[in-house]
Amino acid sequence: MLPKLFFGYFAIVMISLSLVVITRRNPVHSVLWMLVLFFHIAGLYLFLNAEFIAAVQIILYAGAILVLFLFVIMMLNLKEEITAERFIGEWPIGVALAISILMLIFFSISKITAGPQGQHTIEAIKAETHTKAIGKVLYTEYLFPFEIASLILLIAIVGAIVLAKKRG
Amino acid sequence: MNILDSALSGTYGYLFNIAIIFVKIAVVVGVTMLHVTYATYFERKVIGHMQIRLGPMRVGPHGILQPIADMLKLFFKEDIIPSEADKPVFKIAPVIPIFATLSSLAVVPFFEGFVIADINIGLLYLFAMSSLAAYGVVMAGWASNSKYSFLGGLRSSAQVISYEVAMGLSLVGVMLMAGSLNLSDIVKAQQQYWHGMFLIPQFLAYFVFMVAAFAETNRTPFDLPEAESELVAGYFVEYSGIRFAWYYAAEYVGMIIMSSIAVLCFWGGWTIPPVIADSIPALKVVPGIVWFLGKVYFHIFLYYWVRATVPRYRYDQLMALGWKVLIPLALANIVVTSIVKYMS
Repeated sequence: MLPKLFFGYFAIVMISLSLVVITRRNPVHSVLWMLVLFFHIAGLYLFLNAEFIAAVQIILYAGAILVLFLFVIMMLNLKEEITAERFIGEWPIGVALAISILMLIFFSISKITAGPQGQHTIEAIKAETHTKAIGKVLYTEYLFPFEIASLILLIAIVGAIVLAKKRG
Repeated sequence: MNILDSALSGTYGYLFNIAIIFVKIAVVVGVTMLHVTYATYFERKVIGHMQIRLGPMRVGPHGILQPIADMLKLFFKEDIIPSEADKPVFKIAPVIPIFATLSSLAVVPFFEGFVIADINIGLLYLFAMSSLAAYGVVMAGWASNSKYSFLGGLRSSAQVISYEVAMGLSLVGVMLMAGSLNLSDIVKAQQQYWHGMFLIPQFLAYFVFMVAAFAETNRTPFDLPEAESELVAGYFVEYSGIRFAWYYAAEYVGMIIMSSIAVLCFWGGWTIPPVIADSIPALKVVPGIVWFLGKVYFHIFLYYWVRATVPRYRYDQLMALGWKVLIPLALANIVVTSIVKYMS
């Protein structure tokens, strides 16, 4: 009962916060609401016994990426931004698409069968600590995808620097 | 003892444990806030004597009651909100840094077995909270609707993001050597060496960590977000009364937290080097909190010492130091530590 209540709270609050984020007129307020949203996501991770991911969610998303967002948005001319039209004219098409995808997920979710239980049960993770468990899996079983992901990020960093250098 | 046992195992055991946690929180927060009030006095005295002045002398003998007088003044001062400010953000902003720094205290083990929340990711939690504190500064800078605050806020956000990387990387060496992120385990891991501290094998990491800690807490020589000669007071220039006091208190709690991390990760926390403890057995009787506080006080003194000695950095120098010196040094330290750990 209690876990369901927790999940219900997180689910409802996260959906309503997402709506709040996209409907604010002031972009700075949007970013600050997004900060609250990120904390709820971290709470959901904690709820799943994923303490390492919860901490990294806060450090990276709330602590670094969102501060950069705020940094850029603070430079904008907010007076102009606030009076601008919130949604473009084609928003009904977007809503229709979103609803159809939601229906697709809704109907397919009942057909999903649970996979076989792996070795990482809650007890196993508690005994080993989550950080160690995730590190082992990431650096042995999924080493190749992990390295590819880091390479893609490196390319993005180099690309950003190249773009910034061209102007100066 | 029987009564205590039955209370712990009975139906009220759960509530009893929660009550104990609340008492612990009250003690830790109370003692820390007392430290904060007297840290301001200590700072003014230390810097005063370093500059051949006396510092505060008027209130009480040697000005000992000065922080109390300051506190009373701040409590009763008029709270002014600029008319063009973004009011909700302006009001929330000062709460965030003090909230973030005080909640960091939850994972700090002050002595053997005394920690409010003994979690496995203690060190990561501290990082998360210190990055959250930056929001208070950025939000204040933007919401005040003043160019001085705004520039202070911008400077601070760029500075905190840059130095957080160096700080995180510098502690990776400690994590590698201890094999844990739990602060109590890190302290215990240091006891297996004769010197009892990671300071000696991780001297490079300690240097990087301390420089980054100065930048993270916006202290001299990296106090550009509140450079008084250019920005009046930086991001909190529009704040007064108790809201201003929150920022001030958060800065000092932040210093205490950074000093505590340095002590726990590099100076062996509440323990003393086994080589000293073995040669002078009488020292084993001294409670751990004494050593812990002594080491923390030394680090806080270091903050004041540096403030009285070093001039402020220029902004481009600050960025160059962070990205071109500290981060490469921390990375090199990680590589060397990993190789040594792998070989042994």
